[in-house]
Amino acid sequence: MTLIKQSRPAFDSSTVPGGMCPIATKISTMLPGDWRAERPVVDRDACVMCATCWIFCPVQSIEEKAAWFEANLLTCKGCGICAYECPHRAISMVEENK
Amino acid sequence: MIVAETIVCDGNEAAAWGATLARPDVVAVYPITPQSSLAECISQFIADGILDAELLDVEGEHSVLSVLHGASLAGARTYTATCGQGLAFMFEPYFRTPGLRLPIVTSLVTRDGITPQCVWGGQQDAMTVRDVGWVHMYCETAQEVLDTVIMAYRVAEHREVMLPVNVNHDGNYLSYGVSKVERPGQVEVDRFLGIKNVNWHAALDPDRPMAVDPLTGGATGPGPALFVGYRKGLCDAMQTSLRVIEEVHQEWASLTGRAWAPLVEEYKLADADYAVVTIGSMTGAAKDAVDEARAQGKRVGLIKVKTFRPFPLDAMVAALSKVKAIGVVDRSVSFGWNSGPVHQEVMGALYHGGRQMPAISFIGGLAGADLTLNHFRRVIAETAAALDNGAERGPVWLNQND
Repeated sequence: MTLIKQSRPAFDSSTVPGGMCPIATKISTMLPGDWRAERPVVDRDACVMCATCWIFCPVQSIEEKAAWFEANLLTCKGCGICAYECPHRAISMVEENK
Repeated sequence: MIVAETIVCDGNEAAAWGATLARPDVVAVYPITPQSSLAECISQFIADGILDAELLDVEGEHSVLSVLHGASLAGARTYTATCGQGLAFMFEPYFRTPGLRLPIVTSLVTRDGITPQCVWGGQQDAMTVRDVGWVHMYCETAQEVLDTVIMAYRVAEHREVMLPVNVNHDGNYLSYGVSKVERPGQVEVDRFLGIKNVNWHAALDPDRPMAVDPLTGGATGPGPALFVGYRKGLCDAMQTSLRVIEEVHQEWASLTGRAWAPLVEEYKLADADYAVVTIGSMTGAAKDAVDEARAQGKRVGLIKVKTFRPFPLDAMVAALSKVKAIGVVDRSVSFGWNSGPVHQEVMGALYHGGRQMPAISFIGGLAGADLTLNHFRRVIAETAAALDNGAERGPVWLNQND
């Protein structure tokens, strides 16, 4: 993926000989969700929308839904802090299966 | 021919003049003996308007080199100087500099390594960092210091090199030893150095957005090949720098008339049976001793190492092919080999030349101790004896009874 949002053209790395210097002009397509070991699953009935998970999430992946909060699984790295902090035990961590 | 002005100064001032004539945009320094007067001198040049550069008095050597990383990536020509414990404190960014291919020039005013506590000359500091990927050139005189600092920028910024360069001069002997020095004119040095472009490959520049030094390596994906590519690229550039160092010295010689041996100097070696190998300021006394021995009919020559990193293998093999025994004098210790670093490397060169010969390791001049004519008389006599008797494995400690 190239830097499509930038206002200036990307640096033309082909002008630098290979093996010269570690630089990157392309964005990695990998997201934290790609290497998650466990994912948070929200019990929508237990969730009271207190937003404790939203406050504590270190990567700001918690999103507000109609009547509950849940993690965006593209960016959630599965750290489990939301499940640990949830005062209503509404979040449980479930192992990711390939 | 360069219009020169004759000045009288010590090696530290000579280094400061060399740097000043190269017109760095950013200078960062932290004072440490025996480099301090160099730091003071170049600071004074900036204060007086002789050098138009940004001077950064940061809180320590780790910051000194880190600041210069940023400056270099932003396109600045940069200079600093350090030694000893300062160099040790600088080591973390020091290790990153060659990998980022930043053409930073740094004088090492060499000082022995502590502990035992000492503040005096010795090459233990520079020798300890000999395999980090910086080019290392050792100087013999204050004039060579001034000339080499200027030449170092040409080497460092060469498109096929792009490496940091250490210009090393012996603490005390060169840092404080005063002599006559020819100072070239600014116009000529400007022309010699050409137009600066130090961040064409990696930059902190909003017009060329990029991540500098992203994560590479590992066992999967493009990691292994990427990492090897960068490592190999650095090794290739080191080898290329040998050619560039020779070219730059040749051009400087045609400009100034001062023809310093770029890699290895051969002194009275043509018809020699054996030779003394030296590095740095000790070479002056060693040459005097060789002259004296020659007058007595002894067939001794001298090999001076100027460029120690990258190791000038071909030049050293060629020099060694002319003799049958050598005495290598180190101003530092290789703790791993019970020998001196230069001795150890010369032994490696002998293998590449397909030669075996007696090669004695002499260690002297540690922590400011003198290496005098008398010491070199002994080096010459013991090397001559080794022609017939071979060499002991352990080193000869030249100042053991001083």
